[in-house]
Amino acid sequence: MNNAITLLEAVNLALNHALRNDSDVVLLGEDIGVNGGVFRATAGLQATFGEHRVLDTPLAEAMIAGLAVGMSSQGLKPVAEIQFMGFIFPAMEQLVVHAARMRNRTRGRLSCPLVVRAPYGGGIHAPEHHSESTEALFAHIPGLKVVIPSSPQRAYGLLLAAIADPDPVLILEPKRIYRSVKEPVTDDGKPLPLGRCYTLRPGRDITLVSWGAMICETLKAAETLAEEGIDAEVIDLVTLNPLDIDTLLQSVTRTGRLVVVQEAPRTCGIGAEIAASVSEHCLLSLQAPVRRVSGYDTIMPYLKLEQHYLPNTADIVQAAKQSMEAL
Amino acid sequence: MHESTLLRYIAPNGEPLTALPVWCSQSDWLVEAYRHMQFARLFDQKAIALQRTGQLGTYASILGAEAIDVAVGMCMEATDILAPYYRNHACQMVRGLPARHILSYWGGDERGSAAAEMQQDFPNCIPIATQTLHACGAAFALQYRQQSRIAVAMLGDGATSKGDFAEALNVAGVWKLPVVFIINNNQWAISVPRTLQSAVSRLSDKGLAAGVPAIQVDGNDIIALRIALETAFQTAREGQGPFLIEAISYRLSDHTTADDANRYRPAEELKTAWKHEPLARLRTLLFRLQLWDEQRDTALLHDLQNQLDAEVKAYLETPAPPVTDMFDYLHAELHPALREQRDWCEVNQMPGGSHAPGGADE
Repeated sequence: MNNAITLLEAVNLALNHALRNDSDVVLLGEDIGVNGGVFRATAGLQATFGEHRVLDTPLAEAMIAGLAVGMSSQGLKPVAEIQFMGFIFPAMEQLVVHAARMRNRTRGRLSCPLVVRAPYGGGIHAPEHHSESTEALFAHIPGLKVVIPSSPQRAYGLLLAAIADPDPVLILEPKRIYRSVKEPVTDDGKPLPLGRCYTLRPGRDITLVSWGAMICETLKAAETLAEEGIDAEVIDLVTLNPLDIDTLLQSVTRTGRLVVVQEAPRTCGIGAEIAASVSEHCLLSLQAPVRRVSGYDTIMPYLKLEQHYLPNTADIVQAAKQSMEAL
Repeated sequence: MHESTLLRYIAPNGEPLTALPVWCSQSDWLVEAYRHMQFARLFDQKAIALQRTGQLGTYASILGAEAIDVAVGMCMEATDILAPYYRNHACQMVRGLPARHILSYWGGDERGSAAAEMQQDFPNCIPIATQTLHACGAAFALQYRQQSRIAVAMLGDGATSKGDFAEALNVAGVWKLPVVFIINNNQWAISVPRTLQSAVSRLSDKGLAAGVPAIQVDGNDIIALRIALETAFQTAREGQGPFLIEAISYRLSDHTTADDANRYRPAEELKTAWKHEPLARLRTLLFRLQLWDEQRDTALLHDLQNQLDAEVKAYLETPAPPVTDMFDYLHAELHPALREQRDWCEVNQMPGGSHAPGGADE
């Protein structure tokens, strides 16, 4: 019961629970069956639930998403895996022009309760196109929920919530911490709420907001700052659309300082949206300009240079200190 | 066009080319098809007139596609699932969708795709060929639940060039899905002719690469269409997998009301195509078979015109949807983050608001 498991194992546990308890749930994707997925997120599920529920598809991402649209419109709850987020673009048309708007364009007659899972982000020395963080492209789309878990327990509860959600949800899994973070997860089938932030560490002096794998560096930065007498609050954004801006505003109103940490390129990123919302709603509470720690506005480098691209703990500590020194 | 391999029962002049199936004379199926096709033709003319007079948005004409749509609609079971593109209004009407909702859709009202009469059918699909994958997904759901229903995807000749179509055929073949694809090969994809679309001589041959049986049929011949559709639907319904039908027709209209085909379509070609059109062909056949006469024809047209007028009236009298609908159908539940925008949207359209009727931008 108290055995600590990885984020990847938590995903598997949630999928297992969903398949066991709802015959409308089917999984589809490339290599997810016998092979259990290239990261093994679906390991053993085809053997347990059968080929008709855990479907190895032909190799075509637009098809995977289009099938999921068709399946979900008939009341099935497909959970599709896109092998890497770098290959999601053929599927993007189906997600944007159909999944995200089926409810709206039929005024609720049809809907698409589908889930698309995709590992995303850098730091695992992967080949070209396997390391980008393009979550903002999807968070911009009305009707598409975008969720990023950053711990095994949240991966478990949020995936179950996404499967239960009556609308399409894109779950981006930070593959850099697929196996590096462990914690005990209770397999109780309880979903965690979507559309809200999770405050991981309360603090008085400054608010640090992040999501995905960067949560690890952000928490480490908070510890370092604590050693220097700076009490940082760490918030895991979790749902990028719709954004739980109220929780962020409450925190920033208290602390007066905000650093947003994202692995993605800076321009038009989620950090920009958060900074804009904060300046619109609580500018007078700010004691320092909002700072962004992010990837550069460059192409994600191949593995030789990726550590120079990815923000690290020192970057976050430095930004927080600069924020503290302002005024 | 490969005349020798094309399934055809009626010559363009309405003459039977071979012995006709018994149901032609022993049922009222042909007359029923004629009624639907006449209504489609009247509807189409009226829709264009409404667009030209500013009472409808951009509209895609179905002129020349009546036989295909009506045959598909009549051969499908009510509980089957249609994944249409944007030129299947006749099929939708045969399946029970009142014309007022079709006008509503083309008039710019999302509620046009909300009608209960559409059951599980997909709404019109504008992004080319993407609906073929929805049909496969729906077909999977039917197969998964072991139902004997089928999904039917309709597409144009241009759509056969898209990867989505290839991916749909491919997965339908591998998974033996109960789905039928129907290409309305009307020779034109806006301004691009069939010859520039693909080097394959018959679009139905695209089924070969996916292991999907296919047939090419005269899309202006309602009898040939029914024969082909019955084979295809039976194959899918009995669990033997998908089927592809290429129906050869001709787009007698512009692409949409926003298009002018005179810029690219040879006048001679259009003139010839009119000699092949499906409605006159069926009408001549009905007269030849003594299933129809002038008197009944006049009465039918009068009756259909009255029906259409009532539908148009209902459409024109429907008020615009509430502005808040754009928020209320985004998700099953409105997220708190959207509440403020929804409130502003509502306030802005009130008297004195920035979007109030008669505002500065109007």
